[in-house]
Amino acid sequence: MSKSPNILLPALGVTGIVLGGAYGTMTRSYKADEADIARAQAQAAEARLVSQEEANTDLKSQIALVQDSAKAKIAELEARPAVATSMSAPAPVRDGAMGLGREALLEEIAAWDVDVLPDGRGLPEGTGNAFDGEELFADKCAACHGDFAEGVDNWPVLAGGFDTLADEDPVKTVGSYWPHLSTVYDYVYRSMPFGEAGTLTPDETYAIVAYILFSNDLIDDEFELSHENLGAFKMPNKDGFVVDDRPEAEYAAWSVEPCMSNCKEEVTVTMRSVFLVNTPPEGGSESVMNPASVEGLPSFSSAGASFIPEAQAKPEAVVEVAAAAVEEPADEGAELIKAGEKVFKKCKACHEVGNGAKNKSGPQLNALIGRTMGSVEGFKYSNVFQAAADEGRIWDEASLTEFLAKPKSYMKGTRMSFSGLKKEGDQVAIIAYLNSFLGE
Amino acid sequence: MDEMHKPSRRAFLRGSAAAAAGTVAGAASAQTADPLITDVQDWASITGAGVDETPYGMPIEYESHVVRRNVEWLTASPISSINFTPIHALEGTITPQGCAFERHHSGAIELRKEDYRLMINGLVDKPLVFTYADLERFPRENHVYFCECAANTGMEWAGAQLNGVQFTHGMIHNMEYTGVPLRALLNEAGLGAAGDLKDKWVYVEGADASSNGRSIPMEKALDDVLVAFKANGEALRMEHGYPVRLVVPGWEGNMWVKWIRRIEVSDTPTESREETSKYTDVLEDGTARKWTWVMDAKSVITSPSPQMPITHGKGPLVISGLAWSGHGQITRVDVSRDGGITWETARLGKQGDTKALTRFYLDVDWDGAPMLLQARAMDETGYVQPTKDQLRETRGENSVYHNNCIQTWYVNAEGIAENVEVS
Ligand code: HEC
Ligand code: HEC
Repeated sequence: MSKSPNILLPALGVTGIVLGGAYGTMTRSYKADEADIARAQAQAAEARLVSQEEANTDLKSQIALVQDSAKAKIAELEARPAVATSMSAPAPVRDGAMGLGREALLEEIAAWDVDVLPDGRGLPEGTGNAFDGEELFADKCAACHGDFAEGVDNWPVLAGGFDTLADEDPVKTVGSYWPHLSTVYDYVYRSMPFGEAGTLTPDETYAIVAYILFSNDLIDDEFELSHENLGAFKMPNKDGFVVDDRPEAEYAAWSVEPCMSNCKEEVTVTMRSVFLVNTPPEGGSESVMNPASVEGLPSFSSAGASFIPEAQAKPEAVVEVAAAAVEEPADEGAELIKAGEKVFKKCKACHEVGNGAKNKSGPQLNALIGRTMGSVEGFKYSNVFQAAADEGRIWDEASLTEFLAKPKSYMKGTRMSFSGLKKEGDQVAIIAYLNSFLGE
Repeated sequence: MDEMHKPSRRAFLRGSAAAAAGTVAGAASAQTADPLITDVQDWASITGAGVDETPYGMPIEYESHVVRRNVEWLTASPISSINFTPIHALEGTITPQGCAFERHHSGAIELRKEDYRLMINGLVDKPLVFTYADLERFPRENHVYFCECAANTGMEWAGAQLNGVQFTHGMIHNMEYTGVPLRALLNEAGLGAAGDLKDKWVYVEGADASSNGRSIPMEKALDDVLVAFKANGEALRMEHGYPVRLVVPGWEGNMWVKWIRRIEVSDTPTESREETSKYTDVLEDGTARKWTWVMDAKSVITSPSPQMPITHGKGPLVISGLAWSGHGQITRVDVSRDGGITWETARLGKQGDTKALTRFYLDVDWDGAPMLLQARAMDETGYVQPTKDQLRETRGENSVYHNNCIQTWYVNAEGIAENVEVS
């Protein structure tokens, strides 16, 4: 390697030329890049030669050859007319049409263009009242939104919350927050029930919307809601919205040269993370309340931290919990059931299992293996499940595995809005878990 | 400004020589020879995987923790829910599709290109239906843009909540999108019927069961909106709207309608559920802002951060982070190590693209003392990222959306970082 500095010197000389050239005009940089590549190639070639045989006296002339050719390439590039730095341009738009696509048919537009505007434009003909709506709502919506639209578990609340918008935790419901009734019709008709969107008729939708208004004490149960009066219905929070005023309220005041030093005298920690988050290897996350308080933390001044605290309670507490859980003696079967219990969290929003399990938006899942499909008393199944029940099909591990992997393919038309358990391990585990309730 | 790179190339040569020297010095203190070096390792002896083994590669197993994660209790069902990009473990600016966050309202659907239709109707000269193949024949463009959910950092309105930048700031991705400008499709249908375009809107709607729909003012629709079908050079992933989604640069992610199936030119906004019940910002007095589309300038330090503690002790430390603005380019990022008393201007990894993530670095010599790390972004309009206090003063604490506050990590003497709020 001792000789390399000598040999490299001329190469650096070339770099110098390239750099010198690059300082010319903006538009030359493109050529400079190409020249750089040429230079790099020359250097690489030279490095190869150096390592091959240092003593070879032919070498120097070979290197000179390569370098000469690089110089020639650079000179050639320099001589070319300037190329603009940016050759990119927006995609051209033609004056006239390009003749792509085809004309949409009226019935196609009618099928897709169903959105409803605030003034009621777009509403289909129809009518309904809260009296009829109550039954429909109980049947199709209450499992998630509650019998009185008050919301079940974490599912959205649709009623109440009046006069809470300025509170610490505003309750934003159709009644307390939504500015237009058109939006309720539009959304319910197109997007609900969750997992069965687009199945309501206009009359059913008017009735359900009326029931939601009724639950919010905005109409009585005889009020006939229809395409004629919906657009004119005045919602309580109609005037509760202002168009984005950040430009006036914030941008001007916040667009000033910011402070760089001595911006504050002292800084203290006023709040620590409410939740520590474990990120297990199998995915997802587990939140754990953070027991730490702000006591004992240093304050900061321009001189830095007021002191360096001793090693302190840190998220390790959490790690210990996880470790303890793993250490528990358990045979393989029990462990699988435990894993299955975890997977069942994905089902819990809709299913119960175990002693006293009730139907939620999905049927209870006790004693499932060996049970006739679609057979839980009092649960309203989709047609495909009713058909399976009529045929007397029985749940076994194979069918359940297939169903849970891809519910919508295995049972075309099922109401279960669940995309499936992708991992084979999850399928095995959940079946083990469900099997632990065979006796229920 | 390519010239700028040239001198730094030399500086790099000098720098790497110094770094090499540093390594030598470090190694000199080793007492025993490193068997990883002195012993012949399996991987240096036995052959590895063949080219027929991995037709489409996934990250090596040692990186299997770098995944999207959800927080179960945030929503009633994982089908209408959110997960978070592992931004703590990524570098540079481009988000790989496979770990870019997902937010859907009725699950991610499987829609074949062959079954894909896009309708343009409403106030147009000729309502049209396009197939996927039709879209491929329009002139297209490539742009890197960030897509941020309006609710990103939303939990922080109530103070420091989840301990991890993946969870506080991970509802964002940054990809190179390929698509057709929306203006080209509108031009194809003809906007003569719309008359004066000034007060016109386009309503865009997805093909999934939620049929997420949003109203976009015509001015934006004709500006930089893309009907995109590729990201980072590949087909979109199912969870990001395969085969076609809308890209609305700089504006909140909910407007980037996935599986887009219909575009309607209209004389009024639709005031759909997603622009009334949701994606409106309740202020302290109970009134709410609507049409708050732009994502204001924001930045966050991704490492060190709660999921990325300092494990190497005192000495050279790379502070790395991301900055972005829906108003254009990031022009400057400042970093504070003492909770906002003193600020140092960070180095941008590369000049920022407009409405795209920009990587910034502060290379420091850590003395092992606790730090309160913060980053503060500025964009081309001169806007400076606000503090939590500034935001709360103007908006209260109930906004849910558009929280672009300066984030603080407390780093203790052991290098462990935690999400905190400071005075
Ligand atoms: C299986 C559970 C389920 C059922 C059944 C269901 N919904 Fe929903 N509903 C949801 C979920 C989940 C959302 C929120 C969706 C989202 O995140 O976009 C929702 C949202 C809504 C909203 C908007 C709430 C808001 O504040 O923005 C309305 C209104 C609504 N549903 C009405 C109905 C009606 C009417 C029915 C019956 C026809 C129904 N839902 C059936 C789960 C359900
Ligand atoms: C969003 C709600 C929802 C989720 C989540 C859900 N299910 Fe279901 N499930 C249903 C509904 C609704 C039905 C009834 C299907 C029908 O009638 O088409 C059902 C039916 C079933 C059945 C058939 C029961 C019978 O009586 O034949 C099984 C088994 C089942 N679900 C298991 C699961 C498991 C296991 C999970 C979690 C991995 C799960 N489900 C997640 C709603 C759900």
